[in-house]
Amino acid sequence: MAESYFPIMVILLLSAFIGVAIVALSTLLGRNRPSEVKLMPYECGMDPIGDARRRFSVRFFLTGMLFIIFDIEIIFLYPWAIIYDKLMFFGFVEMLIFVAILAVGLAHVWKKGALEWE
Amino acid sequence: MLTLDHYLVLSAILFFLGAVGVMVRAQIIVVLMCLELMLNAVNLAFVAFARHLGSVEGQVIVLFVMVVAAAEVAVGLAIAVAIFRQKGAVGIDDLRVMKW
Amino acid sequence: MISLPELTFVGILPALLLCAAGVVILVVGWFLRRGVLVVSCAVGIVGIAAALIANNPLRFANDSAFSNMLAVDAYSWFLNIVILIAAGLTILMSVRYLEDEGIAMYEYFVLVLFAAAGMMFMVGGDHILMIYIGLETLSISIYILAGGLPESVKSKEAAMKYLILGGFASGMFLYGAALLFGAAGTLSLTGLAKHFQAGQVGLLAKAGMGLILVGFCFKVSAVPFHMWTPDVYDGAPTPLTAFMSVGVKAAAFAAFVRVFFEALTQFQVDWTQILWALAVLTMILGNVAAVVQENIKRMLAYSSIAHAGYILIGMIAGGKAGISGVLYYLLAYTFTNLGAFGIVALVGRKGEARIMLKDYRGLGNSNPLLAVAMSIFMFSLAGIPPTAGFIGKFTIFSAALAQGYIWLVIIAVLTSIVSVFYYFRVIMKMYMETPETQPAALQLSPATAAALIISTAGVLYIGIFPTTYLGLALESVKPLF
Repeated sequence: MAESYFPIMVILLLSAFIGVAIVALSTLLGRNRPSEVKLMPYECGMDPIGDARRRFSVRFFLTGMLFIIFDIEIIFLYPWAIIYDKLMFFGFVEMLIFVAILAVGLAHVWKKGALEWE
Repeated sequence: MLTLDHYLVLSAILFFLGAVGVMVRAQIIVVLMCLELMLNAVNLAFVAFARHLGSVEGQVIVLFVMVVAAAEVAVGLAIAVAIFRQKGAVGIDDLRVMKW
Repeated sequence: MISLPELTFVGILPALLLCAAGVVILVVGWFLRRGVLVVSCAVGIVGIAAALIANNPLRFANDSAFSNMLAVDAYSWFLNIVILIAAGLTILMSVRYLEDEGIAMYEYFVLVLFAAAGMMFMVGGDHILMIYIGLETLSISIYILAGGLPESVKSKEAAMKYLILGGFASGMFLYGAALLFGAAGTLSLTGLAKHFQAGQVGLLAKAGMGLILVGFCFKVSAVPFHMWTPDVYDGAPTPLTAFMSVGVKAAAFAAFVRVFFEALTQFQVDWTQILWALAVLTMILGNVAAVVQENIKRMLAYSSIAHAGYILIGMIAGGKAGISGVLYYLLAYTFTNLGAFGIVALVGRKGEARIMLKDYRGLGNSNPLLAVAMSIFMFSLAGIPPTAGFIGKFTIFSAALAQGYIWLVIIAVLTSIVSVFYYFRVIMKMYMETPETQPAALQLSPATAAALIISTAGVLYIGIFPTTYLGLALESVKPLF
């Protein structure tokens, strides 16, 4: 039982060693000349605006809610996919109906403009 | 070695925490999270029992509970957003238009 | 090779038709600009009529479909009819209400239909999971509907409270289900019954039974799990309150009875005692609290709590007599309460501005027919002959007496006498008092008029000729025993 985990342990140790080694070597050997631009959170991205602890806009919630629902409905596809070949045509039709109903829901969301950001 | 009892005790503790949270917390979002906690505690109990009894039924139930819980919380968030838009606050204490 | 369960579509056809009607409304709504409410109402009514027809074969069936997930029997048949009547009348009453409130929300009808389908799955569920899914389908639809008044903070607040307490209750229900699953290794009602008949009734199973009971008591709003009822009934749009008070109650009681009489009969001694205490508390608190209400929606909410207490008596009495009493009572209550709330919705006018008892002053003069109908509903709620409410109470009380629950019936009769006081207050306001300024007479739309006529006729007809319906109820409970 425990022996079968041995390769995983080796991989874990090895990857930990490599990770530490790269960081350590680059701090020891590299030159360190900080400047204002370099110390920004995203050196080559957008300039940060304000605090990270701002209130989220309610629009995030709306999108998040819609995402959660459609995301979690997909859970039913997993058990279906496992025994798909055994369910044959019947299973295919059943799942088609299920997805079609979800699609009607998604189309309704779209039509109502809940997917528009503004 | 972990036994069925360990899982059941953990699930009971989580359920209790969630139930207390629903009753005492003041933020709607936190209350919704506590509801989720309750349902997930139940899921844990189902999976533990299913494993112990060697029955698939418990696992299937968990799938359904997860979907239902997600739908419930999405509706909860939607109502919270609607309240927020109208009143600009989402505390339980703001729900005082009607007396209990 | 997996053997597929046999597909018995006859059992789910009524619910499927309702879902199909809902999806059709959703799609039609995308393309229609004007008159969308009327069209959706029509589609909904067609769907309900089709479901009523598809429901008929269930009457003579006694079968289990989809690997014992769903019972196809006369019990489902009777309660499906109650649910379809409730949904149909609600839809008829809602069109005018939504137009008045300026809500062009055709999703309203979709959700009512989905909720009704959920109720049917709950009624027919032969497996705790099926009952849970039905319960949540109906609850989630109704959470959304309760928050449906766009301008009203009160409505959103009601929805939020209902969601939190309802979620809490279904959490309890599920935890109880998990414990039962652990004790018995299955959640199908027949499987549970078999397991417990073998004599293995442990603490785990008893705890599970208790938690499931709490979950159901929340849904039927029995004291001490009634806290949400007045607020939610008050805040929700009135036609929806009507639907909640009859539909949810009927479905919850149906599943309550099926679970406890089919799967948990070995615990009957235990849960009968618990229900006895709950019924007494429910009747006393419901009726006493209703006396002091000035808002008619809150008054009817407390009255609906009290009626849950009376229905519990039928469950305590048990047996064919008690349970058929429950079924008849649910049918009677459906007509009565839908009618009463229909009139409350009408009198409320735009924005539900007139929902106080004092707003009913002089209704006997300005709208004599409405006042007569309201009086009939109040008579029926109070349990005065020749209305359906009287026969319902009579059946349930005599079943309880036959089982020797004398004190329970005495308390029930005493609290009914208290209830006469507040129901008659409405009638007094309508006929004996005059308002300072007489409001304009109310105009009925054809759909609302139809709904009110059907409910009034229903209350009187099954009250005056109850034998057929009592017989049907008696026939319908046979699958349970």
